[in-house]
Amino acid sequence: MFGFLLKRFGLLIPTFLGVTLAAFSFVRILPGDPVLLMAGERGVTPERHAQLLEQFGFDRPLYVQYFDYLFSALRGDLGQSLVTKRPVWDEFFTLFPATFELSICAIIFALVIGLPIGMLAAIKRGTWFDQSLMGAALVGYSMPIFWWGLLLIILFSGTLGWTPVSGRISLLYYFPNVTGLMLVDSLLSGQKGAFASAVSHLILPTIVLGTIPLAVIARQTRSAMLEVLNEDYVRTARAKGLSAKRVIGVHALRNAMIPVITTIGLQVGVLMAGAILTETIFSWPGIGKWLIDSISRRDYPSVQGGLLMIAVIIMFVNLVVDLLYGLINPRIRHKG
Amino acid sequence: MKRSKLLLPALLATTMLVAGAAQAKTLVYCSEGSPEGFDPAPYTAGTTFDASSKPLYNRLVEFKPGTSEVQPGLAESWEVSEDGLTYTFKLREGVKFHTTDYFTPTRDFNADDVLFSFNRQLQEDHAFNQYTAGIAWEYFNGMSMPDLLKSVEKVDDYTVRFNLTRPEAPMVANLAMDFASILSAEYGAQLEESGSKEMLNQQPIGTGPYHFVAYQKDAVIRYGSHDEYWDGKQAIDDLVFAITTDASVRQQKLLAGECHVAPYPNPADLESLQAAENIKVEEQEGLNVGYLAYNTQVAPFDNTNVRKALNMAINKEAILDAVFQGAGKAAKNPLPPTMWSYNDAIEDDAFDPEAAKKMLEEEGVTDLKMKIWAMPVQRPYNPNARRMAEVIQEDFANIGVEVEIVSYEWGEYLDLSKDKNRDGAVLLGWTGDNGDPDNFLAVLLGCDGVGGSNRAQWCNDEFEALIQEAKTVSDKAERTKLYEEAQVVFKREAPWATIAHSVVFMPMSTKVSGYVMDPLGGHSFTGVDIAE
Repeated sequence: MFGFLLKRFGLLIPTFLGVTLAAFSFVRILPGDPVLLMAGERGVTPERHAQLLEQFGFDRPLYVQYFDYLFSALRGDLGQSLVTKRPVWDEFFTLFPATFELSICAIIFALVIGLPIGMLAAIKRGTWFDQSLMGAALVGYSMPIFWWGLLLIILFSGTLGWTPVSGRISLLYYFPNVTGLMLVDSLLSGQKGAFASAVSHLILPTIVLGTIPLAVIARQTRSAMLEVLNEDYVRTARAKGLSAKRVIGVHALRNAMIPVITTIGLQVGVLMAGAILTETIFSWPGIGKWLIDSISRRDYPSVQGGLLMIAVIIMFVNLVVDLLYGLINPRIRHKG
Repeated sequence: MKRSKLLLPALLATTMLVAGAAQAKTLVYCSEGSPEGFDPAPYTAGTTFDASSKPLYNRLVEFKPGTSEVQPGLAESWEVSEDGLTYTFKLREGVKFHTTDYFTPTRDFNADDVLFSFNRQLQEDHAFNQYTAGIAWEYFNGMSMPDLLKSVEKVDDYTVRFNLTRPEAPMVANLAMDFASILSAEYGAQLEESGSKEMLNQQPIGTGPYHFVAYQKDAVIRYGSHDEYWDGKQAIDDLVFAITTDASVRQQKLLAGECHVAPYPNPADLESLQAAENIKVEEQEGLNVGYLAYNTQVAPFDNTNVRKALNMAINKEAILDAVFQGAGKAAKNPLPPTMWSYNDAIEDDAFDPEAAKKMLEEEGVTDLKMKIWAMPVQRPYNPNARRMAEVIQEDFANIGVEVEIVSYEWGEYLDLSKDKNRDGAVLLGWTGDNGDPDNFLAVLLGCDGVGGSNRAQWCNDEFEALIQEAKTVSDKAERTKLYEEAQVVFKREAPWATIAHSVVFMPMSTKVSGYVMDPLGGHSFTGVDIAE
């Protein structure tokens, strides 16, 4: 186990370096610079342009800027936003809880619906039930998030008036930020109706962000389940006269979960990508929306800091997933 | 007996509280983006000004609501010296700064606050010049204030004097701009003492109609009414900005009653908004102009008749339909119609492809090939430059001119189009900063702008003399005459094809009253009320 951990952590170092290099060069490959965009039509004299670039430190050779970014990042310093002049670290963690809350809800939604659907489809393989569920999953997977979000808003918020259009909580409620998670903070505030309001605001964004992971999990569960159901030990269990519930629920499911967990781990990246669009549609104040704004303003420190943080989070989640395999399946418990 | 004594005031207090709560008026504005900060001076974006300078601060002079004319603000009156080099302002007395949970003022507004607000931008050694690392006073610099302003001095507590390096008639209009907002020197001193200067940009204190309550990043900004506002307390108690970046979502929120005012609707949604029962849509011409600038230093575009011929070939009505979808107005002058000194007597070049073709032949220009630059971004004065370029391409093809459309990334586009040797005509535009004609004519067409903001690279002696004289005269009637004449020269010489001015739409709930659209593009809730 120790050896595995060492190897696994060792792998994080080149990944981290690669990510910093990618994040650093990505924003700089984009044409245009923050000063020109800030000035707009009003323009800026070449002298002032040079002066501002120097003030921001962008006149230094690229490799100097990169190492400065790298070593500062290792110390936990992601620099200062060119736009708000606040530390990128603060900006990120002010907004991250909103994205975290939405992502957790979306993944729970995807699991709660996706797992049973996948299992049912596998059990009823080849029937119209299986085919229509998998057809729906394919549609869900291919649905453009922006269009899907607007469609739901127009139907449920506009026409039916069941859910609020956007935001995290009704503007009537106003309480201090404790955890940054609206569900928790609204409960802590003790204000009547605040929690219900927070939940109602979460419904549509959760569905929109959870749709693609749901489709992927349902399809993955189905195929993993099918594979497992054909295994000898399942046949043996059935032959032993165990109930279908026990065969599927205990013997098959546990083994079918291994590829599914990998899929869930991989969905974290998909969630982050989806969050960018979902947050924009629902005016959800998370890091996705912030990152888009920062890119369009060429706010180099925010973009490279934000990308790095997201990459670190994805790396961490995948590490946890790798370690989880062992818990689920003793056969691949990591030996040193 | 004792009990009832206690009970009665308690009951009364509760009743009053309930009544008070019922009467508290809240207006929700679905703003289109997040402010960069709450000190307006370091920024140039309208979204930031809407959230900072408009609700929180005042300026020495203010734009009269709904116009680009200047009226007294924190200064009651002002005098300009004979030589135009000294501006003396008499300040309003009894103006209170906001009292909040982070600051309690001990004195009223006075000359020290004016000095603090300007000197931090002017003097590099000022304690607040770099109160946050990397701060740049872009508007102050962009309006050439460091060259223009020699000093700001305090004559007495309620008199300040601005000393200029040269006469500049638009100076007063400059002081109505957002960067000239007045901040509290006393609050600055408090922050300096506590070692938290950067809070000036996060927890603002001003004299404006609303005071700051809270900002949840990218989500909500809350303001409360300033009880001691010098121009009277506002009818609205709580002003809330619900940040909603997507235009379709803003529309849905407005229809669902989640906000009362929502700016920048999609042109395609206007019809359904106008049809909605609880929504009204106000409109106003924007203080802007979209144009096609020829490079007048490169043949054959150095020939006035060639430029004129091309202008006559452009079908502006087709552009208004295809690009502005009705939210625009054809432009004949470089100034927008809402600007004072706009010369309405000028006749636009008639749309006449036949005559244009003949004119080109007479000038010996045949088989002309040219480039048209199309901006990669959407701007108020040009919502779709690519489409506009395509319409013009077709119009020019009709008179035998072959057009190649080119484009660059926005920052690059702005930079490369400044080049004197640039190949091709550039689609661009301008939105007024201070409501002064000088801000259009001198910036966009003056000789100093060649190789810079003068994209036509056009330097005409007659035009230049007129606008330079208008800069030094402070009499408005006299300035108007000079600018009207300058527009005649412009039309005759045709350095640009003037294309359109946008029309700005503002949908809002029918409950909202007293909202005045700002020709300068800002959104202000001073004097606005909402029905229960």
